[in-house]
Amino acid sequence: MPSVLPPLGAVLPELLLALSAIVLVLIGAFQGEKSANLVNGLAIAALVAAGVLVLLQPAITVVGFHGSMLVDPFSRFMKAVSLLGAAVSLIMSVDWLGRAQQARFEYAVLVVLSSLGICILISAGDLIALYLGLELMSLSLYVMASINRDSVRSTEAGLKYFVLGSLSSGMLLYGSSLLYGFTGTVNFAEIAKVATAPTNGLVFGIVFVFAGLCFKVSAVPFHMWTPDVYEGAPTPVTAFFATAPKVAAMAVFVRVAIEALPHVTHSWQQIVAFVSIASMVLGAFAAIGQRNIKRLLAYSSIGHMGFALVGLAAATPQGVRGVLVYMAIYVVMTLGSFTCVLAMRRGGRPVETVDDLAGLARTRPLMALVLAALMFSLAGIPPLAGFLAKYYVFLAAIQAGLYGLAVIGVVASVVGAYYYLRVVKIMYFDEPAEAFDGMPGELKAVLGVSGLFTIFYFVYPAPLIEAAGAAARALF
Amino acid sequence: MYQAIVFLPLIGFLIAGLFGRVLGPRPSEIVTTAFLFIAALLAWITFFRVGIGGADTRVQLMHWIYVGDLKIDWALRIDTMTSIMLIVVTSVSSLVHLYSIGYMHEDPSRQRFFAYLSLFTFAMLMLVTADNLVQLFFGWEGVGLASYLLIGFWYEKPSANAAAMKAFVVNRVGDFGFMLGIFAVFVMTGAVNFDTVFAQAPGLAGKTIPFLGHHWDAPTVIAVLLFIGAMGKSAQFLLHTWLPDAMEGPTPVSALIHAATMVTAGVFMVARMSPIFELSRSALDLITIVGATTAMFAATVALVQNDIKKVIAYSTCSQLGYMFVAMGSGAYSIGMFHLLTHAFFKALLFLGAGSVIHAMHHEQDMRHMGGLYKKIPFTYGAMMIGTLAITGFPFLAGYYSKDAIIEAAYASHSHFSVYAYWMTVLAAALTSFYSWRLVFLTFHGQPHDHHHYDHAHESPLVMTIPLAVLSVGAVFGGIAFYNLFVGHDVESFFRHSIFMASDNHILHAMHEVPGWAAYLPTGMMVAGFAVAYWFYVVDRTVPVALAKSQDALYQFLLNKWYFDEIYNFLFVRPALWIGRTLWKKGDGMLIDGLGPNGISARVLDVTGQVVRLQTGYLYHYAFVMLVGVAALITWFMFAGV
Repeated sequence: MPSVLPPLGAVLPELLLALSAIVLVLIGAFQGEKSANLVNGLAIAALVAAGVLVLLQPAITVVGFHGSMLVDPFSRFMKAVSLLGAAVSLIMSVDWLGRAQQARFEYAVLVVLSSLGICILISAGDLIALYLGLELMSLSLYVMASINRDSVRSTEAGLKYFVLGSLSSGMLLYGSSLLYGFTGTVNFAEIAKVATAPTNGLVFGIVFVFAGLCFKVSAVPFHMWTPDVYEGAPTPVTAFFATAPKVAAMAVFVRVAIEALPHVTHSWQQIVAFVSIASMVLGAFAAIGQRNIKRLLAYSSIGHMGFALVGLAAATPQGVRGVLVYMAIYVVMTLGSFTCVLAMRRGGRPVETVDDLAGLARTRPLMALVLAALMFSLAGIPPLAGFLAKYYVFLAAIQAGLYGLAVIGVVASVVGAYYYLRVVKIMYFDEPAEAFDGMPGELKAVLGVSGLFTIFYFVYPAPLIEAAGAAARALF
Repeated sequence: MYQAIVFLPLIGFLIAGLFGRVLGPRPSEIVTTAFLFIAALLAWITFFRVGIGGADTRVQLMHWIYVGDLKIDWALRIDTMTSIMLIVVTSVSSLVHLYSIGYMHEDPSRQRFFAYLSLFTFAMLMLVTADNLVQLFFGWEGVGLASYLLIGFWYEKPSANAAAMKAFVVNRVGDFGFMLGIFAVFVMTGAVNFDTVFAQAPGLAGKTIPFLGHHWDAPTVIAVLLFIGAMGKSAQFLLHTWLPDAMEGPTPVSALIHAATMVTAGVFMVARMSPIFELSRSALDLITIVGATTAMFAATVALVQNDIKKVIAYSTCSQLGYMFVAMGSGAYSIGMFHLLTHAFFKALLFLGAGSVIHAMHHEQDMRHMGGLYKKIPFTYGAMMIGTLAITGFPFLAGYYSKDAIIEAAYASHSHFSVYAYWMTVLAAALTSFYSWRLVFLTFHGQPHDHHHYDHAHESPLVMTIPLAVLSVGAVFGGIAFYNLFVGHDVESFFRHSIFMASDNHILHAMHEVPGWAAYLPTGMMVAGFAVAYWFYVVDRTVPVALAKSQDALYQFLLNKWYFDEIYNFLFVRPALWIGRTLWKKGDGMLIDGLGPNGISARVLDVTGQVVRLQTGYLYHYAFVMLVGVAALITWFMFAGV
């Protein structure tokens, strides 16, 4: 007798996250606000455990839930990176949560729920699962953005994100319905079989679906929410926003493009190339005008998404490998950068402008050194990790014949280097401002690991490259 | 031993240059001076062993450059030419080191001064021991560098900096010719080391170098190019302008570099390259013309200068002209002879002038001096000896070497021998005049500046000893070496270190010049002395009246034939104009404007526009998203899917 139960083994991490969320909510409900630290600790444990489960899964492709769930090397890679980002951003929020007015246990629960959505999104095998995961992730994010509900900026950020997110979800749904209408199926593999030639309806559907996905990766021109939300949301929330959801959205972007639409590559390539160029250029130019470090990092992340999309535009295994490596390195660099932003506190109050970093090299030389390394890496200066990330995507673009895209990318990264280097200049050459408060231990640890990875990644890049290569091959 | 001569000054330079601040001035002075005296002693031993004894040798130090066909060793070539230069350089340098201990005793950065002096000496020794043209060029540039550093030693004086730069830039012109000459030698012979080049030199006769459609005679091209290098270094006519300005440097520097050694490098180089110069009559004629012109021109300018060092500087320039006349006449040994004697009496004159300046608290204008012989009798005596030597008073150094040059000019087969003869004879009269004028203005008559005069004092022993030693050289330098350089022993003394073509009989011919031609220079010397005596001792109103009546000529000479003004108009101002145009318009407006600055300004413009898009209004954001989707849809509708 065939089993009525779906193959649950493949979705163990998701199950774990779902159960954890329920248990944590109950603990919080019974113990009240004072349980925040406990819940936070357990949430971190759950995320780490889920990550371990993901890594322990065999390197094979499992299709479950009638094609709705795909567990393959690609999803394992992206889930691992996302869960890493989620867990670390929770670790970074320990100190922040410890302050009385922010002590809310819901935050950790929301992170776990959002991570569950992220995992479902990455594993999505059809449009329904995609939408399900996306909404689970996003709804949690909306609430997280306004978690500091006494702050006008935080609530405004949450509201803006919600309204625009709803609009993008509408576009995604409209696009999905067009795809379904013109192919007669929602399953990616089935769509790939039917969509062999670009028709107007199909391409319109692709445009709308991609618009929704671009919103989630904050690619131009669907990026407008990013600076406001990054700036308005509490910094640990921003750190989470900048990492795990981005990775998930990029993963599903790649999956839809490569798995569902392999025969209309030429059509969607144009969209991706346009969005990629627009993101790289706008990210570079707009960041120059920023004084607030969080807004600066917002534009920086817009630019980086543009660079990652260069790899997708190549539409080759090398290109996808480039995207995966890029996202992994991006997550590490971003977490390190936000650690520094979190450490920018004077007299117990956070400060956020770039000028507050003045003379950091003299007041906190080690922090300045690591932040300088991160900035150099974000700018893509050899031999730091950020350079190798860009190298792989540009290499793929060149091999795919997308010379224009590669050249524009390099030019944009030169322009962008200006604002990263300006941060270094302010830290090293300006007159020192008042010293920051002491840095909590967990932030030091995160910053240290991030800095070491960034600086020394080039020594032994093989494991990440090979894992990303294996993940990329699973899609083709 | 030969290595010690060359490298002791370098070690001294390193010690004084690197550790001078730690050691303090006195140890630096002692170390560098002691090393130089050891080197000088060894150099004299070398002179007797190699020059007199004939023990030529070659000391290989290392392989320097081996690239394809170009093989350059670093080796010391020790022959008679080298040994002459070794004694000149090390003797004068050691005496100048000693003298400087006294002369510079108030200067706070004496260590640096002594380091530079030793560096110069090392570079000069590299130059004279060179075994190939590239090594020679290394020393050539090294002395140029040291000269630049020492002229600008008092770098807080703008005039010193300007003079240092001028010396460097004018020398570049000559060096460019020299480099082209070296390249031409390499092209024609495939080698730069002297032995190979000289062995192949006879084969060059009749060969041509094609350039701009003409076929130029190879030996002439090479010789002229090399001579242009010599003109720069030895301050010959047209490239002489840097030498008077170089007097901005401390006086011991003027004595060492700008009188005795570096400026004679050009003469040495021509003598060293005699196997090539002998092949080209045209090149030798050019050398004769330039030398004779310089001798005359510089002497005329020296007549009216008032700065005591400027007079001696122009005198140096003029005497270098004499040496080149000897070279152009094919009498290389006589040129070298004058180089040797000149080194002694000119260093003596400079150091004597330095002693006067020292006594007068750095007053250099002769019009403010006078009557000093009572105050500084020893210096007066030394200056008298130097003046007698340079004017060619019988049996002193200049009498033998300078008169030999004038005779050689008369006897030479050059097309310009008559010109050379009369120019050098007239210049001899002028030399006598300006030299005696200097002595009379400085030491005789009434003191003009009583404040300085009253405080004038004789120099300390470290300064007077060098004067004494050089006086001995100035008195006996001529008579002692006459036979080796001019007389019967020339061939056995110089052997292969200079080359004279088989039809070059100048050394015999000059002994057969008519009596009047041989005695005329001495007569001229007496005439010059008489006029000077009349002008500056008997009746001082005469020169003033003369200057007034011949004002145009006086101004012409006082302004040094307006060379600085002409060069300023012809070269300096156009160069500055070109530089300023390229800087302000080319680089500033065009390259920076369209390049870095322009692009960054445009980037900021774009940034300003982009940032303004971010209004904070929700409906703007939504609008941008919808416009994005609409644009993509439109694109696909019109461009096709």
